[in-house]
Amino acid sequence: MALLELKNVCFSYDKQSPVIKDVSFEVQKGEYVAVIGHNGSGKSTIARLINALLKPESGSITVDGFSACDKKSVFEIRKRVGVVFQNPDNQMVASIVEDDVAFGPENLGVPRDEIAKRIDFALDAVGMQDFRKSAPERLSGGQKQRIAIAGVLALAPKIIILDESTAMLDPAGRKDVLRVVKKLNKEQGVTVIAITHYMEEVISADRVIVINDGTIETIGTPKEIFAKAKRLKEIGLELPTASYLANKLIEKGFRLPADVLSDEDLEEALCKL
Amino acid sequence: MREVTFGQYFPSNSFVHKMNASIKILIVIAYIVAVFSVKQFHFLGFGICLAFVITVTAVAKVPFLKVLKSLKAIIFFIVFSAVLQLFFNKSGTPLWEGGFITDEGLKSAIFVSVKVSLVVLGASILTLTTSPIELADGIEVLLYPLKIVRFPVHEFALIMSIALRFIPTLMEETDRIIKAQKARGADFDSGNLFKRAKALIPVLIPLLVSSFRSADELADAMDARCYAGSKNRTKFKKSVITWRDLIGLIITAGLVVAVVYCNGFYIFPAVFL
Repeated sequence: MALLELKNVCFSYDKQSPVIKDVSFEVQKGEYVAVIGHNGSGKSTIARLINALLKPESGSITVDGFSACDKKSVFEIRKRVGVVFQNPDNQMVASIVEDDVAFGPENLGVPRDEIAKRIDFALDAVGMQDFRKSAPERLSGGQKQRIAIAGVLALAPKIIILDESTAMLDPAGRKDVLRVVKKLNKEQGVTVIAITHYMEEVISADRVIVINDGTIETIGTPKEIFAKAKRLKEIGLELPTASYLANKLIEKGFRLPADVLSDEDLEEALCKL
Repeated sequence: MREVTFGQYFPSNSFVHKMNASIKILIVIAYIVAVFSVKQFHFLGFGICLAFVITVTAVAKVPFLKVLKSLKAIIFFIVFSAVLQLFFNKSGTPLWEGGFITDEGLKSAIFVSVKVSLVVLGASILTLTTSPIELADGIEVLLYPLKIVRFPVHEFALIMSIALRFIPTLMEETDRIIKAQKARGADFDSGNLFKRAKALIPVLIPLLVSSFRSADELADAMDARCYAGSKNRTKFKKSVITWRDLIGLIITAGLVVAVVYCNGFYIFPAVFL
């Protein structure tokens, strides 16, 4: 059975204009899935639905066998799905890093010794052990987001959702966060759902779900997705620079493969000309 | 980023700094009671309290000037109450023929000033040696017995610590708004007091809006990390009492006994006299 399953999910904030229309997809254990879409396409709403912060109007969401529509399983779901939000400042509860990481396990009633172990593990995993006693306001944006990830990791989740977690960071901070998340996915086997509108973040995903206007436009590997450059542009999405350049060259009549993703791919393809 | 110092905490590694915050609060309360219980015109009692303050300041390795500076904030109050005593205390004999200031008036003016100053000095040592977070934790521990009367201790403590946590964030936000409004031609530096106060409205309103947004996002982040109030919650931070606290308590007990002895075993606290 899939770890996460959405079936014909519909949702609206005001019961009139639907934000999510009949969305269905599955995510397997250990997958790295990117969800892309332009602003207002409903991609953040999906994160909230999966975490049971919002309740779907119709359809079903199942996380590890628990239904997100059932009020009683809300905490079971939130234990399994951690969300890292966009603004690093607005998700820190405590004034000291380790206290903030402890917040989640405290809520679950985890015994003190176990909390200490979880803090150790989580801070190690995001490479922030040295900042254990620091105040969050002394950290950079990227570091704060890594603490936010640690705070989520301390809940020992099966899925981590990054809800535009890199949108407010500078390029260095963004790289930092992505590196940590990729490591968690590879080494700890944590399932990752990265919601973003940065195409660069999509490249390394196993699968990409493109959302447009509250519906699923297409699902595929990054290569498959970027081959549909024209359609992506129509729904307001930018290609990664390398793919964009490759597409332009193809239009000019150069014989390049249509699935160029990274700078390295482009370099290789150009050398083969 | 600008260094945000909140309150007047003076970081150090001294004996007093390492003491338990709850115990320090209790000691300050005991000290204040001791100061107030000094019998009218028994200045020796004040001498003992002053000696206590000086000793603690020295042990805490806080510059004396810093402690004295705390009097600046209440200088008006001290002068005001002294003047009231001078002019309206009619007991005793006039200082000069036909004068309206009596010797008792003068004495009680000095007495009141010294009393208020001593209280403020003692309290300021507490805030100089205890960070706001520690203070909040200390207050939480002390409020714990109120749970019996269903006072929401945990919620109260959480509100305090979140308020402290968001002070630097809101200050940064204020900075950003001020810059944005200046870029739009706002003028904060000219005109009379009334005009300048009015110029702050375009800062305060966006600040209010953004703090509501922050609160909303924080609430979501807390929900996502399984927050469900104080029910079944554990606490990671432990309130430890060490030999330092015991020594502090013993010395404070000595202070109270000494003051009571000076009063000729007159214990009734002559508050506000």
